[in-house]
This record gives sequence, C-alpha cells and structure tokens, in this order.
Amino acid sequence: MNGWKRAGRGARTRFVATLEEQESTVLRGLVIEVTQMLDGRAADTPQDELAELTGMRTGPTSRPDDRVLARLLPDFTSEDADLAAGLRSLHEPELIQAKKYAAESVLTALPSRGGRVELTVDQADEWLAALNDVRLALGTALDVSEETPEEFPDDDPRAPHLGVYHWLTFVQDSLVQARMQVL
Amino acid sequence: MSAPLSSPTTQVDPALDEDVAGATPWQAVVWNDPVNLMSYVTYVLQKIFGYPEPKATALMLDVHHKGKAAVSSGDKDKIEGDVAKLHAAGLWATMQRT
Repeated sequence: MNGWKRAGRGARTRFVATLEEQESTVLRGLVIEVTQMLDGRAADTPQDELAELTGMRTGPTSRPDDRVLARLLPDFTSEDADLAAGLRSLHEPELIQAKKYAAESVLTALPSRGGRVELTVDQADEWLAALNDVRLALGTALDVSEETPEEFPDDDPRAPHLGVYHWLTFVQDSLVQARMQVL
Repeated sequence: MSAPLSSPTTQVDPALDEDVAGATPWQAVVWNDPVNLMSYVTYVLQKIFGYPEPKATALMLDVHHKGKAAVSSGDKDKIEGDVAKLHAAGLWATMQRT
C-alpha cells in the first residue's frame, strides 16, 4: 500500500488506502492473534454469581505473566501495589472490551482479498488503536528498543517479523498523519 | 468510559477511596516507550484531552526526551479515567500523587 489519503470534508471525511491481498492477510492474522490473547486473558477470570447478577464484571488483580499481555494491559500505578490491584480488577474487563472493539473494526473493514479500504473518522480512530495494539504486541515479542536496526541479518529468524513490524509502523504513521489534518 | 466504572471502587477496596474528597491531587503520567510513535502519542494527547497541537507536541517531546511527562492532573476519579483512556489507546501510563 502507498499510505492513507484523506478524502471529503466534514461529516463526509474518509481515509482511503489500497491494500495488497498479502498485506490484508498479514494484518488480519495479527489482529486475530491479539484478540485471541485478550480472550484468553478474559477467560482466565471466571465471573462469580455476584458479577452475573449485577452485570458488573471484575477482572483479575494481578498483572499478566505473559509480557505481551502485560504491555497491552499495564498497571495503573507503580507506587501502591494494593491500589494497582484494585484498579486492575475494576478496569481490565472494560479495557479488554475496548481493544476487542477496535480490533473488530479492523476485521470488519479489511477486504479479505485486498483492495480499497475506506474509513470514517470514527473507524480511523479505531484502526489507529488496533494498529497500535498489534505493534505493541509484535514490538514486545521482538524486544524492539530505540536501538533496533532497520533490518536484522538475513539469517536471523526474526528478520521477516521485523519487516512486518516496520510495515505496520508505516501504515499507522500514515493514518495518524492523515487523521491529524482533521483533528 | 470512566463514568460507569467509578462507583464500584469502594466495593473493591474501601481504602482506595481515602482521597475521594479530592484533597490530594493526582497526575496521569505517560512513560517513554520504544514502540509508540511520536506522531501517535501527539494525536492521542490531542484527542483525549483536547489539547492544541503545540501543547500535545511539547508533552510528547517531554516523554521522548525526559522519559516521562505528567499529561493531566486532578482528583483521583478523573485521573483514573484519564489513565483508563490512555491504556485503551495503548500508551504506557500510570497515576501518581503529586
């Protein structure tokens, strides 16, 4: 893809890009992967009768062991362990729901065989959040740091994944630039 | 996002609400992160807080160069809601007492 372009004005503002089939497949696969990780985390926290009666879901009090999930679902505070536990329990279900909603927005609008994508402003905001989650997941798994090179050596098993990561960076940054013109 | 979540706080741990009167101001702090794009962080700060672009950019640059920046302050409930929104956007944010 050649990046996102803004089209239209006001309520008719759209963000448009064209994806290759392979790009569409890769993005869909990564978004589904992140969604499944979040589903797994949510399933680790069975709801009790009280939660079912009141409809108020509570989440776990401890940080995920998995470092990718820990990055997607950070602690609310580093100063007070009890406060961090209480706030996690209170907010994590909603946070997972918000991330899944953004992911679903990508899966819905993404053409399965590639092609033109046209997003409203709200959809663009959802895509930006979901693209960021996918980059956070991949970046954490790849140990991306400020010093990470543009490419790994060809014989490094992480090399193709880093290529995908940099591509996602381009896709996200291009959409941010277009979106900020109408912020 | 934060409104329906604020009230059950006391049911999780009554001790959490000791600052409910708002006597102690809190801050939402965004931490530097090797993944989040500078452009995206600026966009998130504009969108969540309604900051004009120069202010959002200055805060983003503080995060980038100093490792962190306080991006909002207020009572505990407000800052809790701010951090929840920052987490939904994927920023690495925490809350702390000033």
